[in-house]
Amino acid sequence: MSVSVSEARAVGGSLDVDRLRADFPILQRPMNGRRLAFLDSAASAQKPQCVIDAERACYEEYYANIHRGVYQLSQRSTQAYEGVRRTVQRFINGADEREVVFVRGATEAINLVAQSFVRPRLQAGDEILITGMEHHANIVPWQMIAEATGARLVVAPVLDDGRLDMDGLRERISTRTRFISVVHVSNTLGTINPVEDIIELAHQQDIPVLVDGAQSAPHMPVDVQAMGADFYVFSAHKTYGPSGAGVLWGRLEHLEAMPPYQGGGDMIRTVSFEETTYAPPPQRFEAGTPNIAGVIAMGVGLEYIEAADREAIVAHEQSLLGYANERLAEIDGLRVIGTAPHKAGVVSFVLDGAHPHDMGTILDMEGVAVRAGHHCTQPLMKRFGVAATVRASFGLYNDREDVDALVDGLKRVREFFG
Amino acid sequence: MSDLRELYQEVILDHNKQPRNFHGIDPHDHEADGYNPLCGDQIHLELRLDDEGRIEDIGFQGQGCAISTASASIMTETLKGHTVEEAKALFDRFHHLVTDDHAEPDPSLGKLGVLAGVRDYPMRVKCATLAWHTLQAALDEKGEITTE
Repeated sequence: MSVSVSEARAVGGSLDVDRLRADFPILQRPMNGRRLAFLDSAASAQKPQCVIDAERACYEEYYANIHRGVYQLSQRSTQAYEGVRRTVQRFINGADEREVVFVRGATEAINLVAQSFVRPRLQAGDEILITGMEHHANIVPWQMIAEATGARLVVAPVLDDGRLDMDGLRERISTRTRFISVVHVSNTLGTINPVEDIIELAHQQDIPVLVDGAQSAPHMPVDVQAMGADFYVFSAHKTYGPSGAGVLWGRLEHLEAMPPYQGGGDMIRTVSFEETTYAPPPQRFEAGTPNIAGVIAMGVGLEYIEAADREAIVAHEQSLLGYANERLAEIDGLRVIGTAPHKAGVVSFVLDGAHPHDMGTILDMEGVAVRAGHHCTQPLMKRFGVAATVRASFGLYNDREDVDALVDGLKRVREFFG
Repeated sequence: MSDLRELYQEVILDHNKQPRNFHGIDPHDHEADGYNPLCGDQIHLELRLDDEGRIEDIGFQGQGCAISTASASIMTETLKGHTVEEAKALFDRFHHLVTDDHAEPDPSLGKLGVLAGVRDYPMRVKCATLAWHTLQAALDEKGEITTE
């Protein structure tokens, strides 16, 4: 099976954004009579034609259930699906393709680790350490197992500029800390956390660490081995792939020691009514028929990012971030939430006298799609004393024209809410 | 899509900037909290009924967008002196106005009519009805509602 992926878009280390934009059908469609400025890739990214074609080709040309049929269609589907493990392994530089478990998304991956890896290790009084800038998906699964076991959820504080308080984190690692789960890049603040340092600290005390990579996988080179992570998770829909697919990467020794998360077909070795033996990882964690076409298309999304060149993506999105900060400073009464020196392409802000939802509606009418709300980080909103923010986030297809449209839209907001 | 001026009418912007009855009611005999988990808007509503079951005084506190703040403000302004039954009937007519594309202008709604533009923005209907759902919760002594 071969799915054509656009040829490399990076020329001399910089992205050819106009050519990239042409790969995304939705960006060719006007919004309210204007060029669509899609600034919500942190919530979910748009899809290039090659991803859409890959999912379609699977259904049109070779679809069948995997791992069971002896007929050719099943073999082709199985090969395409299993082939994505190598793509993911390369994408995040895993040590072994068996470390790649396909899940529905980062949320399911975290729940899997919480239930299968962490929960059996917890006793009353033990602690799970997270940070104050976690997405609800990296809070609630830990609360659930803490409640079930009598363990405690401990939270490392966030500094006023949106940096993680590393001293605060260090102080909160105790002899009872059994696990640390930390976001790589904050979806609300854009802060890039020093996960290597956190992991090094944790490993000095033999504490395993999960890195929530939902916002890092699409935007920067990721090397899970250099990082030293025990688990790394991300969602395909943010890496320009389809929704309903994602990755749990875990060190093989961990995965091998973990009991299954769900029981069913495809995760067993033998089943009798007296006893069932489980398949080794990754199949052990993939009960039931998975999102076959979704996983295949996810692989194509990852190849698309690789072809675009991740260093070039970083440079491009950093340049956009700088431009956005510069232009947003023109708007009176606008305050950026999250000004850490080391940030990804996310700008959250509030505006005096204008509620984020009203801004969202007015910007939408101007063809600008932003997120308005709490971004599934309510504790972080509370930390910064706001109920909601507007968030503009960049993908590889955004350009300065999108930022200009945002600023023009905010000037329109000012006409209503002066 | 209609013009933004249809949605953000001057009356709405005015009530957003200077919400009426934006305070607690002391003493009060009914109260409730309304919460929109989608956007984080929250409202606390208090009211007092007189001996004949009329709304003698009503006020709200909390934070929300212009639509939810203006809607709460205009609602409290409108409801004073009305019976509980009249208030519930008003909510029905108001709900119809902001959700039904074919709703005719309803002069009996008075100033509440300025919120009719919301029906062109389905994502914002809950902003306009949050105060009313909270009123219903207060009258039914439910204590708390969320618009999900």
